[in-house]
Amino acid sequence: MDRMIYLDYAATTPVDPRVTEAMLPYFSERFGNPNSLYALGRDAYRALEQAREQVTAGIGAQHPNEVVFTGGGTESDNAAVIGIATKAAPNGGHVVVSAFEHHAVLEPAHYLEKHGYEVTYLRPRADGLVHVEDVRAALKRETVLVSIMHGNNEIGTVQPIREIGEAAHEVGAYMHTDAAQTLGKVPFNAQELGIDAATFSGHKIYGPKGVGALYIKRRTPFAPLLRGGGQEFKKRSGTQNVPGAIGFAAALRIMLEEYPTEGPRLTALRDRIIDGVTSSLENTEATAKGDPRLPNIAHLLIKGVEGEAMLLQLDAKGIAVSTGSACSSGSLEPSHVLLSIGCPAELAHGSLRASVGRLTTADDIEYFLDVFPLIVERLRAMSPVYQKMFGTVLK
Amino acid sequence: MLYTDKVMDHFNNPRNVGVIENADGVGEVGNPVCGDVMKITIRVDDDRIDDIKFQTLGCGAAIATSSLVTEMARGMTLDEAVHITKRQVADELGGLPPAKMHCSVLATDGLKAAVDDYLVSHGREPIAGPILTSDPHFDPHGDEDDDADE
Repeated sequence: MDRMIYLDYAATTPVDPRVTEAMLPYFSERFGNPNSLYALGRDAYRALEQAREQVTAGIGAQHPNEVVFTGGGTESDNAAVIGIATKAAPNGGHVVVSAFEHHAVLEPAHYLEKHGYEVTYLRPRADGLVHVEDVRAALKRETVLVSIMHGNNEIGTVQPIREIGEAAHEVGAYMHTDAAQTLGKVPFNAQELGIDAATFSGHKIYGPKGVGALYIKRRTPFAPLLRGGGQEFKKRSGTQNVPGAIGFAAALRIMLEEYPTEGPRLTALRDRIIDGVTSSLENTEATAKGDPRLPNIAHLLIKGVEGEAMLLQLDAKGIAVSTGSACSSGSLEPSHVLLSIGCPAELAHGSLRASVGRLTTADDIEYFLDVFPLIVERLRAMSPVYQKMFGTVLK
Repeated sequence: MLYTDKVMDHFNNPRNVGVIENADGVGEVGNPVCGDVMKITIRVDDDRIDDIKFQTLGCGAAIATSSLVTEMARGMTLDEAVHITKRQVADELGGLPPAKMHCSVLATDGLKAAVDDYLVSHGREPIAGPILTSDPHFDPHGDEDDDADE
């Protein structure tokens, strides 16, 4: 393949070479166990704790012992949802999550439900946002945990976490947010947001896969998922992934340093995708139009086309994107995120997510905009129902 | 979930795309809500499929299975055509991912629907048996013996 244009940064990112460089010494030379007392161990310990301090500052936590390194975003979500709910209400209680959470929150919520908890799956509104009034209406005296994601990983909307957290606190519930998509792309300060727990992922910020962090505010009830040697303040046992933690911290530091210039650059690329597609193709629209939104996700509904077919044809042109169609996921339902905001299934099958990042250039986007309309027109021409559904005569 | 080279070939270069004007038989199956719709038109000469074209809204496997079914059915007798099975279609493509088996159901059902449309419109008895998809309660995804992982 001569050209490779990666427009799926919301799925994962390449590890930044500066991050790799920071990690490398901690594999084979400075390989000590940070829990060992001799010099080699102390060296690893210092590096780990320095990484923790960087993350503490980067996410606006008050104390380094509020930052727990984990095996990734899914683990952080599981640990927060199950860990807080089961500790705060060992005999069952009420939990509120949004219907468009990542499965790493929804599945733990289902698990709690099976074990006697009541769970409200709150629907976002058609604007793609979870509204604080709706959260407030769902809260009860028995509510122990509210978990609402910060930036939605498909449509890119950013929820009013501070206000939702305040509402949760009014009834005495704890507030967790999955900030895997927003970290480094939208200002995030745990203390200013006033939340109790937050999820972060390394590979969404040009760090390594298999490492994440959980912010858990001091005095938040928490039962650990992993029990053992008591590492990570007894919140996550297991010898720490020292190179991973160092990589995570380095990746976050670079994200935050570059954000002032990178944020506006990505926003312009995102908007160019949306404008380019909607102006060159009829029956297309941006799924979420309002602000705040993640600067790097363009999410579009391409009506009358099935998403996987679109994805494969783009792939043949060297372009990587993602779709919320049922067929792309191996399940039979289109994206739960799109259905939750009231998007009809027949449109959800034709959704396209193009997410830009550090290596995306304006040229890449122009190339995408050159080839994409032809692909859509070809697929629409092949469809037996396009004219019927959209009343348009095709060329 | 990987597609074989043959699936990708039929997806990227689909055979027999289009609509036969004044076709002898038309079959349309599927539902946009499920994400796939297929329409097959046939011309019949002496109970053989003389010409066949398709249009499909759907994923890579839906387009590939439609394309392949038209290739298989061309020149067959009507009786042979309605006996093409989803398994034959999948095997001919070198296999389909389990979650995509319903696409080959769609393709064979589309063909059966076209054949029965021809027969019924010529005052003959349908031979494809109950056309699954003419049933409003038909679920094209309901026939997935390979997809029972939960």
